[in-house]
Amino acid sequence: MKYIDEFRKGTIAAGISKKMAALVEGHDRITIMEVCGSHTMSVYRYGLKNLLPPKLRLLSGPGCPVCVTSPDYIDTVIAMAQLTNSSSPAKKDIIIVTFGDMMKVPGSSSSLEIERAKGASVAVVYSTLDALRLAEKHPEKQIVFLGVGFETTAPTIAASVIEAERRGLKNYFVLTAHKIMPPVMRALLTDKELNLHGFLCPAHVSTIIGSRPYKFIAQDFHIPCVIAGFEPLDILQGIYMLLEQIVGKNACVKIQYSRVAKEEGNPTALALLEKVFEPCDVEWRGLGLIRKSGLKLRKEYERFDALTAFRIFDFGFRINPEIRNPKSAFHGCICGDILRGVRMPPECRLFKTVCNPEHPAGACMVSSEGTCAAWYKYGEAP
Amino acid sequence: MKNTKITLAHGSGGKLTHELVKGLFLPSFTNTVLSQLGDSALLQLKDMNLAFTTDSYVVKPLFFPGGDIGRLAVCGTINDLAVVGARPLFLSAGFIIEEGLEMSLLEKVVCSMKEAAVFTGVDIVTGDTKVVERGSADGLYVNTCGIGIVDNTIHFSTALIEVGDKIIVSGTIGDHGMAVLSERESLGFSPPIQSDCAPLSGMIGNLIASGVNIKFMRDPTRGGLATTLTEIASTLQYGIVIEERNIPVKNGVRALCEILGYDPLYIANEGKVVVVVSEKDAVNARGILRQDEVGKDAEIIGEIVDEPSGRVCLKTAIGGMRIVDMLVGDQLPRIC
Repeated sequence: MKYIDEFRKGTIAAGISKKMAALVEGHDRITIMEVCGSHTMSVYRYGLKNLLPPKLRLLSGPGCPVCVTSPDYIDTVIAMAQLTNSSSPAKKDIIIVTFGDMMKVPGSSSSLEIERAKGASVAVVYSTLDALRLAEKHPEKQIVFLGVGFETTAPTIAASVIEAERRGLKNYFVLTAHKIMPPVMRALLTDKELNLHGFLCPAHVSTIIGSRPYKFIAQDFHIPCVIAGFEPLDILQGIYMLLEQIVGKNACVKIQYSRVAKEEGNPTALALLEKVFEPCDVEWRGLGLIRKSGLKLRKEYERFDALTAFRIFDFGFRINPEIRNPKSAFHGCICGDILRGVRMPPECRLFKTVCNPEHPAGACMVSSEGTCAAWYKYGEAP
Repeated sequence: MKNTKITLAHGSGGKLTHELVKGLFLPSFTNTVLSQLGDSALLQLKDMNLAFTTDSYVVKPLFFPGGDIGRLAVCGTINDLAVVGARPLFLSAGFIIEEGLEMSLLEKVVCSMKEAAVFTGVDIVTGDTKVVERGSADGLYVNTCGIGIVDNTIHFSTALIEVGDKIIVSGTIGDHGMAVLSERESLGFSPPIQSDCAPLSGMIGNLIASGVNIKFMRDPTRGGLATTLTEIASTLQYGIVIEERNIPVKNGVRALCEILGYDPLYIANEGKVVVVVSEKDAVNARGILRQDEVGKDAEIIGEIVDEPSGRVCLKTAIGGMRIVDMLVGDQLPRIC
């Protein structure tokens, strides 16, 4: 199939694999982080590890938006979802609307999947426009869209807010937990435990933000960056381009995914982000609070902000101890270390014992793009 | 069980469905026939071997490109009989209808059932009708049971599988799941992806009659090819290796899977069979399948190997290798 088969040719892969082996011969161990979850998944799905030099270690970074969504956020959503279940005549019912991946993410006590089975109104959509349609179809209900995702997803949420305004919708709200990539990469670089030699930068995030926001990584930290696509040959070529820089002791930002990602990014999407969102400090699961690493709605769009619109006391829902359980199943979960790339899933005592994709304890198991899910599903290459 | 509520994933045909069957149904109804967990129960009555099976159909929407709930209900049950080597003879039909359903829709469904039954020479000999209040069901659910006769000389079992045996799939995978999904979500692909929903008893009958050394068959419905192969592998001391490049997938299905982030290996089929056959008969068996319209894209996709025992491995087109596991949860669209 066109645009697919060209990027999955075994003969070319074997050629790159050979060149990589020659390039790193005699070199010490090299560690590269693939920041994005889709890269992690591709590496496993296509069995790329046995095409890479043995001394190359790939670490999976924090680039799975579901994985880094904090339990507090999920608890808040569950509190809202439970409200839809209660009979409070004064208030309009809420429909929680989300992309599918959020369904299984554990809060500290429950998940949306479990809440839906108990009767909460939770709708899974493929597009923010579907959420707007729901809002139009159910004027008697409050539609709360879960705005989770990086720079790739955030512009579509921004567009939905602008569209909701244009259509005069009064019952569409976004509960934002958007995050942006460069600040978390900076946080990782200042982590002394990490000994990184290069970043394989995300493909789709970079189509939006371009290559410039990564420049500080090469300039200030002397770590090479390559923006690579998600197809197997993209990844192999991207890693090869990183190895060239690492072996040649260069550090700059290169674009392998040049058919889509440009230096300046996507100006239309960036303008949308700028118009609707502003940076804020935000909590990353496992990594803690990172300054200016999130996006929240600007003051002009505050009325679409679920947290502002449903001020807890006015709205009458409480995030009680049954929902926010301090002694949750995460006890012993090392998702934080896994997201920082300092430990691997098998080093977690919960991995495969109590934590598996049906009953995830930590976020890295939840998303199909999570490191633990990838390890669970595909194991080490046989 | 750990989850105190049933979630949709319990019905996906993947891991949670297996937990439910093995944790609740099997120990409760315990008997030697059920514990075989075949697509049909095999019953020995005096000098006759009967195959008996049941399946309920709750597909949404009721009509989709390539079929409807009626055709599905007849074909699915016929196929469950056919893969254990039975000649399907009789079906039952149970209808659970939601108050308010258009009579014309029911007529269309019944007409499809009749056509599929006539085509395969099966009689629908008993039935039941229930109507529930509006909101208590989603339009129409159909249950069918089927009875067939298994020739005395036929015995398929995973216990017969040996190293070197070949794995054949009778055609392109993922058609049904993607057809229903694109119809349900109004994805508007043109031309629409057609479901492969079809009765396989004719083709399978010819394959059996040819005398090729069939070890085991199963139709890869919910959970797709991956789940069927992992089910087979889990009963073996051997492993299964399949080659990605040999697995037939239609371009439209592949494209939609790429867009939505699905893996065709896990998408449901309703007109395909996986056959484990001895190495020397593999090419011949593929040829026989290809003679039938529903088997024209049959391919040999892999083989039985020594290691890794009990697991399925996929040789990827790019030259890598990975483990294929059973479907976990419902496949969900990615969000980034």
